[in-house]
Amino acid sequence: MDQIMEILVTFFLVISGIFGLVGSFGLIKLRDTMQRLHAPTKATTLGVGGVLIASMIYFFAFEDTLSFHELLITIFLLLTAPVAANFIAKTLLIEKADKIALPPSGCDAGWAIHNDPPNLANNGESRG
Amino acid sequence: MFKRLIPHPFLSVGLVVVWLMLVNHFSLGNLLLGAVLGILVPALTGPYWPNKPSVGRPLKIIEYILVVLWDIVVANVQVALLILFKRNANLKSQWIVVPMELTSPEAITVLAGTITMTPGTVSAMLTADASEILVHCLHTDDPEGTRDDIKNRYERRLKEIFQ
Repeated sequence: MDQIMEILVTFFLVISGIFGLVGSFGLIKLRDTMQRLHAPTKATTLGVGGVLIASMIYFFAFEDTLSFHELLITIFLLLTAPVAANFIAKTLLIEKADKIALPPSGCDAGWAIHNDPPNLANNGESRG
Repeated sequence: MFKRLIPHPFLSVGLVVVWLMLVNHFSLGNLLLGAVLGILVPALTGPYWPNKPSVGRPLKIIEYILVVLWDIVVANVQVALLILFKRNANLKSQWIVVPMELTSPEAITVLAGTITMTPGTVSAMLTADASEILVHCLHTDDPEGTRDDIKNRYERRLKEIFQ
């Protein structure tokens, strides 16, 4: 039983190491900022996730305590990673507004970095 | 009275659960402290959150979470393979515009987050009237297909959850 648990823990640690490495490598290899944003938002999620799963299995199997901290870290990671990525993307688009060609938007209002929302008074509905 | 004390019941329950997970030890004292937090935090942040989102169908929410978790694993593998085995010159990165039928800010937030965490796409921006979302694809040969995937897989489910 201990053997199986050890193999499981090792498996998840190796998986997370590989994905963490690939994610970091992607940061160097990819060409522009928008492409580089893909590496840390995805490949690294599984990297951190693997360590957390390994930690949960380890504490459950060898220390006989069920720890919820890893679950919380996962939840917070999944909540914060997209928000941070979104901030970086938007900052980039504002900084390099004249260099990055955006596709035309299909509606009258235009993209949010160029135009104000049309109906601020309309509280809540159809607001980003 | 009850509605004034607990304006967002799900937020309150969530805060209590998160608090209990943080202290990692269940006792009456911790439960009470969690309950105090669960009442105080929504009351203090209430003014910033005037519209209560209507969330329904718990089974649909669980289904959505499972679908997204699975897609995150798939996305990780896909992006890792692209990084490792695709030459930079062959990467066809491009912007795609996804029109949305969702209207509530909460639903759009969840959709934007989901797009960022799942296969090869990062959400970047909305139109000013929040009717379309700008998505960056790391590599795609078929922009229309990717757009339809997002609409069918995530937006359709979110529409059922946030009616």
